[in-house]
Formats: sequence, structure tokens, C-alpha cells
Amino acid sequence: MYPRAFDYLAPETKEEVLDVLAERGDEVKILAGGQSLIPMMKLRLASPGTLVDINRVPDLDSISIGNGHLTVQALVRHNDIVNSELVTTENAAMASAAPWISDPIVRNLGTLAGSVAHHDPEGDWASVMLACGAQVVAESRDGGERVIPITEFLTDMFTTSLQPTEMITEVRVPRYASRTTHEHAPPRGGGNYQKLERKVGDYATVGVATHLELGDDGGISKAGIALTSVYPHNLKVTEAEHLLVGSQPSDELFAEAAEIAKSACTPASDVRGSAEYKKDVVRVFTERGLAASLAGAQR
Amino acid sequence: MTTTTDHNHPITTPEVGGIGHSIKRHEDDRLIQGAGNFVDDIVLPGMLHMTLVRSPWAHATINGIDSSAAEAIDGVVAVVTGELLAEYNLAWMPTLSGDTQAVLATDKVRYQGQEVAAVIATDPYVARDGADAVVVDYDPLPVITNPMQGLESDAPIIRTDLEDKEDNVVYEWEAGDAAATEEAFAKADRVVTVETHYPRSHPAPLETCGIIADVSPVTGEATLYMTSQAPHAHRTVFALVAGLPEQNIRIISPDLGGGFGNKVPVYPGYVVATAASLVIGKPVKWIETRYENLISTGFARDYYMKGELAVTNEGKILGLKVDMLSDQGAFFADAQPSKLRAGLFEIVTGSYDLQAAHVTTKGVYTNKAPGGVAYRCSFRVTEASYLIERLVQNAAYELEMDPAEFRSMNFIQPDQFPYESATGLVYDSGDYETAMRKAMEMIGYDELRVEQAKAREEGRLVGIGIASFTDIVGAGPSKDYDIIGLKMFDSAELRVHPTGKAILKLGVKTQGQGHETTFAQIVAEELGIPATDIKVVHGDTDNTPYGLGTYGSRSTPVAGAATAIVARNLRDKARDIAAHMLEASADDLEWENGKFSVKGSPDSSVSIQDIAFAAYTNLPEGMQAGLEGVHYYDPPNLTYPFGTYIVAVEIDAGTGQWKVDRMVAVDDCGVRINPMIVDGQIHGGLTEGYAMSNMQFMTFDDDGNCLTAHFDSYMIPTAWETPRFELGETITPSPHHPIGAKGVGESATVGSPAAYVNAIIDALQHRGVTNIDMPVLPDRVWQALQDSEG
Ligand SMILES: Cc1cc2nc3c(=O)[nH]c(=O)nc-3n(C[C@H](O)[C@H](O)[C@H](O)COP(=O)(O)OP(=O)(O)OC[C@H]3O[C@@H](n4cnc5c(N)ncnc54)[C@H](O)[C@@H]3O)c2cc1C
Repeated sequence: MYPRAFDYLAPETKEEVLDVLAERGDEVKILAGGQSLIPMMKLRLASPGTLVDINRVPDLDSISIGNGHLTVQALVRHNDIVNSELVTTENAAMASAAPWISDPIVRNLGTLAGSVAHHDPEGDWASVMLACGAQVVAESRDGGERVIPITEFLTDMFTTSLQPTEMITEVRVPRYASRTTHEHAPPRGGGNYQKLERKVGDYATVGVATHLELGDDGGISKAGIALTSVYPHNLKVTEAEHLLVGSQPSDELFAEAAEIAKSACTPASDVRGSAEYKKDVVRVFTERGLAASLAGAQR
Repeated sequence: MTTTTDHNHPITTPEVGGIGHSIKRHEDDRLIQGAGNFVDDIVLPGMLHMTLVRSPWAHATINGIDSSAAEAIDGVVAVVTGELLAEYNLAWMPTLSGDTQAVLATDKVRYQGQEVAAVIATDPYVARDGADAVVVDYDPLPVITNPMQGLESDAPIIRTDLEDKEDNVVYEWEAGDAAATEEAFAKADRVVTVETHYPRSHPAPLETCGIIADVSPVTGEATLYMTSQAPHAHRTVFALVAGLPEQNIRIISPDLGGGFGNKVPVYPGYVVATAASLVIGKPVKWIETRYENLISTGFARDYYMKGELAVTNEGKILGLKVDMLSDQGAFFADAQPSKLRAGLFEIVTGSYDLQAAHVTTKGVYTNKAPGGVAYRCSFRVTEASYLIERLVQNAAYELEMDPAEFRSMNFIQPDQFPYESATGLVYDSGDYETAMRKAMEMIGYDELRVEQAKAREEGRLVGIGIASFTDIVGAGPSKDYDIIGLKMFDSAELRVHPTGKAILKLGVKTQGQGHETTFAQIVAEELGIPATDIKVVHGDTDNTPYGLGTYGSRSTPVAGAATAIVARNLRDKARDIAAHMLEASADDLEWENGKFSVKGSPDSSVSIQDIAFAAYTNLPEGMQAGLEGVHYYDPPNLTYPFGTYIVAVEIDAGTGQWKVDRMVAVDDCGVRINPMIVDGQIHGGLTEGYAMSNMQFMTFDDDGNCLTAHFDSYMIPTAWETPRFELGETITPSPHHPIGAKGVGESATVGSPAAYVNAIIDALQHRGVTNIDMPVLPDRVWQALQDSEG
């Protein structure tokens, strides 16, 4: 496990980071938690000429409430999310997914921003972000700030619309509608993450993120379903989301949505299991996830 | 003849800490404070670093190797190829099982990851750059990835290097009595069959293999710091391979980060590093990466087994037939006793009294890494134990009997020991029924069966699995057991110093088993010297007596016996010194609590410490000074630990995942020297058994690419998914071992896989499912459920 030689820079301000990106562009890689980048370098699957380590940049590690959303800054670790009370009350899908990300060691270092930037189709966060409808905020020296909807940000596996000169500064994740409109109303949203893994620290064999919000009539006002590890990239199941929105929740409806999710994915047969198996687990997990999301919303 | 008790009753005081005391491990002081000394910790002046170039192909002709680009890299000192080694007659080496193995491939590569060239450089990063720059021109050949393919008539021949080799068969071997078995089967009412693949697994010690070879250009002395479970045997192999005079080779095996059988074979990397140091005149360090360890070093198992059990309708087992194919990889580098091609597979009759058995097996070359080591199992016992326990469970279903009652009806009874099995083994002692009843009581077997019936009505899939295994360890008696001709005795040298402190030197070598503590406790028991006053030295061929090393649970049965006997020999001498000191006749002395006293006048006594001092200061006329000795122990028989494991599982019908609700393990390993260490060994083995049944296997695609070559795909369970274990014990001493101990390092790996799998099958058998191969991955369970519904 010996990487090729590289330059290492560790600036102490965001501006310096953006300068490095502007000047060295393509050959630079940002180092956040290093939990994807370092293993790839050690296996020589990635050999960036320069690493710019952002861990010394101040004021980049908070979770806060923004305008209708949760703001997760670039250096927020997976474990910060596990331990965040804000996340627990404001976004159940995230709260449910966070403990499933790898193991405590990886969670202490890895970041949500790094995970979506990496866009590994086996990464869990991108599915959660797709299901919830998140936005990615990117910044560059010469281009300023861009707010990119997650569906436009994630373009293909291991590929995003982020420019080589840009750095992600934060990710914005919606809070439940009812919470934001009238502060004291019970949450009318729920979310969930179902994951099949072989052991702690394993990537998903199948992962399903679900997100539901209910209107005053108890009908579904917003729905999100996204899948991990069963398609060339994290897959948002738009057709199933459309089916759900505007309907009253029911087991039959969820089963129908789950069938749609099952036929939308195209997993590969591999050491983790056959394609048919994985597809069926998508179905089972979508049903279970929607049921759990509904239970959360009705609480 | 056998005694079965619930507890060890220590004879020595806690201060002395002899047998039966759970004293803390001496080695842990340094290990848990990060002050251990592993091969990779060692840095020698001027040391160079070596990286191996490995084949990306499973089977390919080598047309040529171009190392010019690598040699041009700043810091690269040399590139070694097989062609170069051939000049020194080192391109091939003998394996532990009498075959030859390429050190660096010259003609063709025979498995993915095979060693092709070595780059020696000033640091490991540059060595890696150099390895990447070596260009090898390959022509891919057709690939064999399993033994069935290997036996096909048009299969490509893998071992074209062997003269006149026209097939891929490594060996054919049989055990038992074919005619008697046919007769038994003729009398049977039913025959129950289990066909299963015991998958290839890998010991995967956390510390990978490595060496620092330091050959002095001046004296020619070779000091090899090496990850070795068997330093003495390795020294002899080195002397034979490299032609170095044996007195000039010193192997130091420092702290080892696990071995589990993986550090028994001699690997090409060791040989190349040694040759490189010899030629360059500087120390050369080679440490494998995880990937290299998994793809190229000694694997375990990979047996395709068909077992048939002949039973009567009343529930009596009459006979057993087994036919197997063994995937040996590209070279036969099995680390088994020479005469036993299938190791100790003869233990396949297990804990059951049956009239006849017959085993046939064929080993086949394939385009996979060589090995066949005892991954925490005494030579193929894991496969044997798994097969019989799966068969017995399925036979009970076939006869609609409770699997526990069926076992009970067929157990070898305590009064049948020593028991000669249908395959010719002589079991030393056992009490299987008592161990099983104890496990059943601990888990609440009858209540569990009631709960299971209820759960089934609710549509839940709940199962209870039993394994009542018999292990066979402690190889072995010299008449039957050798490795490349070296008899499998072992040794202990004990020196008691004038102040009454002692040093014990062993031919075996711990890899985490706790020898520095356990063996001190044996001496403490025999001589009354506190265990903390005894230093255990091992793993240095210049400083320890010859021994065959640690694997196959043999250290306590063999070296433990040597230790007890050498201590007893010193006690005999101590008696004579005491007689002199007390001015009494030796016959009038009695030994108790570390003292000799004159019978009838207990005040007239001398302690072992007094005697030790006298051994150097005040000897009787004509007696040699000192209190020391050495003993080489040739065991009269193997030992047969046993036990019953019971597992309760629940299956998620939606995903096929299974979860262990309870796991009870009752072990009988004879007398327990340090009960805490024994429990630790059992915990480890139960975890590895769980891993193999649940998630762990080495697997390959049709082109021979290893699909499980990193820890992201070769699964090692963490504390999170590992079940909680409830341990129990019975104690049936070995009648032929000086302290009645049997060895326990591997019992749990041997016994537990069948318990887990039997539990899963128990949950599914009402749906017609009779077998799922290990690892019982969720998709295999799901598939079985789909098929059973269809
Ligand atoms: C053993 C192990 C198990 C794992 N298991 C899981 C799992 O179960 N589920 C899962 O989802 N993930 C898993 N991961 C991956 C982990 O979640 C990573 O932390 C995450 O994918 C990347 O975040 P990071 O901060 O570590 O990014 P890094 O590794 O530092 O970077 C990853 C990529 O993102 C870029 N990047 C990082 N931050 C920014 C930024 N602010 N702006 C622009 N680009 C940026 C980097 O340049 C790089 O290309 C595992 C990792 C390991 C080592």
C-alpha cells in the first residue's frame, strides 16, 4: 500500500484553498476525511500530483439551521451527524443513515461533503441526499458561489458537475415542511435508510433511502426514494415518488412503489449476491423504509 | 477411568500460579503497551526494501521480462528475476509436502499473484515504483479454477514443469475399509447424503508475512528475522534450499501478529530476500501488503465433499462413505504430515460409534495459489467435523428424530475408551453425552424447541443447530507423523538459576496463544517456582532446542508434555540435592508446595529456591553442578478434545440474513492450564467459525481472478456482528498426557461452523431445504427460500 509521490499543502484559510485550486486545477485533489481518497491513492487507483488538505480551514465544521434547511458544512464528519440532535429532530432519513456509514473509525474522519463529491455508487449519503432533495454549495476563486441541486450535481458514477477549481463548502438538506412552517407543530415528515451489509464497515449490498412528508389531510405531499449499490450510480426512483405524492399512504401503495423501485434498478451479480436477489431486497427495503418513514411522520 | 468435573481445582497457591489459575498473560504487558517487537518493527543499518512483481494472470506463458525501466529509477538497486535465480539454482524450491514450487516464475505463471520478479530499492515506495515499471510479456493460457475442471479430459496441464505429467492429479488417497463399508451400507434402511463445498478460506493473520534477511558478506552468517510458526523446521528447509551450512543460519521469529497456519509454509519472498541479501551484501526487508498475503500465501480448506451415512430406521448409524476432491492450487504446498494426504481427515467418524467407514480423496492442481494449511484446524479436521455433523443432523430429520436424541443414540460411550475408530484412530478419552447434556441445559434446549414451534406458527424462521464434535490434535507420534521427514516431536529446555528463577526454552513458537504464560504455569505446577519467576524463550533457533513449531493445536500436547517432563526431571535432581541438604535419604523426602521435607517432620524442609541455590553452591559429592535439563517428547498418541456447541438463529425471510440469538459452547480439552487463556482461544475459534459460516471465503471468477483479495471483500467479523458466546466446560483428562491436557487452540474453529449451519438448516428444513453451502450468505438463504416455494 504505497502511493506514488505527491505534493502536500495544508492551507489555513478557505481563500488559500481556492487559490490552489484556481492555480493547479486538474492535478489537485482536496483532502477532507481521506476515507475514500487515501485508500485509492494507496492502491494507486488515484495518483493526484497535489493534495490540498482542508482540515485546517476554520469555521467549516458546523451543522446549523438555515432557511428551511439544515446546513452541513464541508468538514462535518459522519459521526458529527450521528451525534447531532438537530439532525435527529429535523431529518430522520439522515439520522437513520448516519450510523450505517462504515464503522466508528471511518465515521470519525469521513465527511458528507466528501462522500457526495466522491459519488461512489456504493456511497450511502448520495442516496439520502437524492431522496431528501438536497443542494450542494460550491465555491471557486473566480466564479464565486454556486448552489447546485443534488440531481444536477451527481452526474455519473464517480463523476459530478463540480469544477476542478471549485470546493464544496456546504450541503443543504431540507427540514420537514411542517417544522419550518409552524414551529410547534409535530413533525409531519419521516425518513429512513435501510442497508444490507455483510459486516460493520462494509459498503451497501443494497441501500434504500426514503423520505416522506404528509399534508394536513394525512396524504403524502412529498416523497423521495433513492437506491444505493444497485445501479451504475445512486438512483432516484422518480416514478415511484410520483406515484406516492398526492395519495393516501397504504400498504398496497407502498408495495406498488416498491415494485417500481425493484424494476428500476439493474444490480450486478457478484460476491455479494445475485442480481435477482438484490432486486428483491430493493423491493423489501423500499416497503420497509416507506413504512418506517410513515410511522415517523405520524408520530 | 475418566473423571468429569465442572471445575479445575488448582493445587498451587495463586502466588505460584500453577495449573488451573487464570493468571494474566505475561506477554500482554508489552503487547498492549505497543512495546512488542514484530518483524516490521526491526530496522537494520543499511537495510534495503524489496517488492515483488506479481502476475495479473492466473495462467500465462512468460515470453520475457524487461526490467530496464525499473533499473533506471533512482533508488532501485536491483531487479531479480527467475532467470537470475536459476543461475544460483534457486528458481525452484521444495514445498513442505514434497512438491516443488517456483520461487520466481521462469516458464509460466500458474496463479494470479504468483511471484515473477523482485525489485530491491532504498525505500519501499521506490521499490513499488520499480515493481510497477517492470514489463512482463505474457501469453494467457486457459485457466482451471476448480478441481472438477482440472479432471476433465481436455483440461490444460498446469504442471508442465513435472516430467511426464499428463494430468492435473496431485494424489489419490483413501482411508478405512471399503468392503466393510459396503457391507454396512447393505444392511442399512436408509442412506442420507450431504454434498457440500467447504469453501477456500484464508487464515489472514493481522500481521502479514515478512522477513529481514541479513546475510553477512564477511562471515556468511545469515540472520533471518522472519514471520515463522516453525523456525527450526524453516532453518532446515533453508539449509536444504539455499545450501547454506545450517549452523550459519539463525532464524529469529519475534512477536507474531497471528499465524493460524499461514506462517507455516516457506514463501518465495523469504527465499528471494535471502538470496538478494546474499548477493548484495546488505540486509533486505520484505513485508507483504494485505493484498499479497491474501492472494498468494497459504489458504485453507477448498474441499468438495460427498458424504453418505447408512442408518437404520431405529436410528443407529452403521457406516459412512466419503468421497472428496481437494483443490490444491498450482503447487502442492499443503502443510500436513507427509504420510497423510488428507491430514487427519480420518476423524470424520466424529463422536459416533459406527462399524465401518471409507474415505476416498483426490487432490487436483488448479490455477490458484498453493497452500492447504491448517487454518486454525488440525490438518483437515475442520472439513471432517463439518461433514459428519451436517450428516448426523440431516439423518435425524430423515428419521424424524430430534437431532440431540439421534446423537445420543450413536455416541461412543465413556467405557469404550480408548476407542478404536472405523478409520483406525485410537481416541484417548471422552464423555460426549455429558458435554451435550450440559450444553442443552445451558441453552434450555427443550424450551427452545417449544418456542421454535410457536415461532413457526407465526411464520417466523427460527432454528436450533447442534455440533457434537471430536477434534484430534497434538501431532504426533514419530512412527506416523513427520513433515519432510522431520519427526513431529517437540522439546523444552529448562534452567533454574541460583536465585530460584528459571528460564524455559521451547521449540514451539507462540503467535498469540499465550505460551509465555501457559508454559510458565506448567513449570510452576511441577516445581513450585512462581510462574512470574519463569521466563519463556522461543522463536530463536540459536537459543532454543529443536522443535517442529506451533500449529495443529500441538504445543500443549507435545511441547507442554516436554515441559512437564523436563521439570519433573529437575525435581528428581532437586530431591537428591535436598537429601544432601537435609542429611536424609532421598526416599524419606516428600514433595509438597514447592518444598521437600522429611516424612513425618515437616519442619525439616528445603524450598525449591534453597535447592536451586545449593545446585550451584552446595552439591553432594560427585553430582554435576546446575539445575537444568532438556527433554524431547515423542507423544504416544494424539489427543482428542471434544465438546458440544448449540446455536439458535432467526432468519429474516425478506433479506435472507440470519442472526445468532444464542450460542452455547461446552468444551472439553482435558485439564485447563490457564482457564482464562482457554476461554480466549475458544472465543477466537467460535468467531472464526462464525466468519466462515456467515461471510468469509476466497472466491475467483472464471479467469482465475481472485475476487476477495482485500479486507473490503474478504470479510473478518468485528465485535459488532460476532455473537455473544456462553461457555461451559467438562474436564476429561487425556490419560497419556503427563498433565492430562489435550490442546484447545482449534476446537472451536473445528466444531462451530456446523453448529451455525445446522441452526440455519433447522430453521428451513420444514420447507424442504437440506443444505446451503458455506458461507451461508443472505442471497443463498433467499435463493433456498425461493426454490423451496417454487
Ligand atoms: C473502510 C471504509 C468503509 C467505508 N464504508 C462506507 C459506507 O459504508 N458507506 C459510505 O457511504 N461510505 C463508506 N466509506 C467512505 C467514507 O464514507 C468516506 O468518508 C467518504 O466517501 C468520503 O469522505 P471524505 O471526507 O473521507 O473524503 P476524501 O476521501 O477526503 O475525499 C473524497 C473525494 O472527495 C473530494 N472532496 C472531499 N471534500 C471535498 C470538498 N469539500 N470539496 C470538493 N471535493 C471534495 C476529494 O478531493 C476526493 O476526490 C468507507 C470508507 C472506508 C475507508
